[in-house]
Amino acid sequence: MKEIVVISGKGGTGKTSLTASFAVLEKEKVVVADCDVDAADMHLLMNPDFKKSQEFFSGELAVIKQEDCIQCGKCADICRFDAIPFINNTFVVDEISCEGCGYCARICPTDAIINIQQKVGHWYISDIKTGSKMVHAKLAIGADNSGKLVAQVKNEAKKIAEEGNYEYILVDGSPGVGCPVVSSLSGANYVVLVTEPTVSGLHDLKRVYELVHKFNIKAGCIINKFDLNLSVTDEIKQFLTEEKINHLADIPYSNNFTQAITKSKTIVEFDTGKLKEIIENTWTEIKNIIHLI
Amino acid sequence: MKIAIASGKGGTGKTTVSVNLASYLSENNNVVLVDLDVEEPNSALFIKGNLIHEEDKFKMIPDWKQPECTLCGICQKVCNFHAVIQLGTMILVFPELCHSCYACSELCPTNALPMITKKMGELKEYKSNNLAFVNSHLLIGEEQAVPLIHQTIKYVDLKFNDTFIKIYDSPPGTSCPVIEASKDADFVFLVTEPTPFGLHDLKLAVDTMKELNKAFGVIINRNGIGNDDVENYCKKEKIPVIAKIPNNRKIAELYSGGNLIYNEISEVKEELIKIENFIKLNIFSNLT
Repeated sequence: MKEIVVISGKGGTGKTSLTASFAVLEKEKVVVADCDVDAADMHLLMNPDFKKSQEFFSGELAVIKQEDCIQCGKCADICRFDAIPFINNTFVVDEISCEGCGYCARICPTDAIINIQQKVGHWYISDIKTGSKMVHAKLAIGADNSGKLVAQVKNEAKKIAEEGNYEYILVDGSPGVGCPVVSSLSGANYVVLVTEPTVSGLHDLKRVYELVHKFNIKAGCIINKFDLNLSVTDEIKQFLTEEKINHLADIPYSNNFTQAITKSKTIVEFDTGKLKEIIENTWTEIKNIIHLI
Repeated sequence: MKIAIASGKGGTGKTTVSVNLASYLSENNNVVLVDLDVEEPNSALFIKGNLIHEEDKFKMIPDWKQPECTLCGICQKVCNFHAVIQLGTMILVFPELCHSCYACSELCPTNALPMITKKMGELKEYKSNNLAFVNSHLLIGEEQAVPLIHQTIKYVDLKFNDTFIKIYDSPPGTSCPVIEASKDADFVFLVTEPTPFGLHDLKLAVDTMKELNKAFGVIINRNGIGNDDVENYCKKEKIPVIAKIPNNRKIAELYSGGNLIYNEISEVKEELIKIENFIKLNIFSNLT
């Protein structure tokens, strides 16, 4: 079983459209994991049934029991996150600022502070239209700890893949280089980087690859909308050569990416021409590479 | 006045709106543009200014002093983030997991874990004509964006007074980094695109802004590419649609080369004027 993680650094480069296309091409041999839990969109293309739904708790939140509080103010003094303001003659916890470190509860002389588990969101296991399974999640509004939810989604996908003898796990990652991305990279066999020939696309590709390189994971790159700016495309190719990243595909600028989404379809279901052929070849290429790793 | 430019979905045009709006407004106002997408900051690729200041940004982490340590185990017990672990006769600190709460350090009975600084990123300030520009980037491998966003906002608050229009280019998503970037804002512009992905993530962003009690409006980018669902949703929810930037390959090409757009494409400038008028009428007047 091989785990392939699709990331991009920059958002909006076509990650989800491509990941969903690969899932449709590989049908029942692949478990899909949508690890962009902040703004999960893959379910819009995969027609999931939300068969199993589970709440996810992680991290803590301080709560002050007002009846036991003697207003000594020690908690507010030690809080490094300014999360315990004094409002209307009472100390209250600012839930948005509280990091859940638990320090205040430990030093409160009257044990007036307790920590409650914080709801981070929901995760789901669904049957999807390809005849396979997908693990996905929804982060609660304003929730912290999205990295933990990503880890949960990945672990569930791994369990399903192992029990069902699936060949691949296909992971749709989130933009950026922070904790959710680090979390989605752990345990990956291969990383697919999706970029676009814009100054931002190249800049973000370089930063996210630095992270991938730190994890020592082999990577390949798809240049989407390659014909938008051929000179930046050349710069990207040069970077790929220097870093020994597999150059997987050049995909032309096409409104079919958006058109497919508005029909709730993946590109390989919507497009019947060149675009479909390129994506099919790309997926074959990825499979060839990972079987050699 | 503080204005955050945010979005649920990545790649909808936050940076395009931020750099063009900031540059346009700076023709007649004092403006500071602040790139708070510290994981992948891009505004600097579009604003060609002179570097006038740079500084390293640090977070605080505990540093184990073996001679002082009695291996009592309190540090490990009080760390909710598993950033301090006792392994045999060693105390290991994992800086990337540390939230700098100081609990281990201050509760250590023998002062064996004093806090020290660790570099997490760099802040740079530029000047381009009448536009001030501040950006920070997180070092690769650092996982927490929030402390750097917090320190960057603090720097801007100290350096630029209230006569400045402060524009925050925010990170994507709906979790802690975007909340840190928008919680001090007087108004939030949510940039979206008229597609099912755009709409889905816009709804999440709207819920987040409601939770934060923020005043907000929507800017539709790549208008014309998908369908009318975003506009219908905004109408139904009574969310103002402040501007619509057309879908145009020429815009994408200008963006791809790191160029500002509004001086090249008049339809974009017209939309920026709408945003400017909205700011004057609805945001500025509410503050004074």
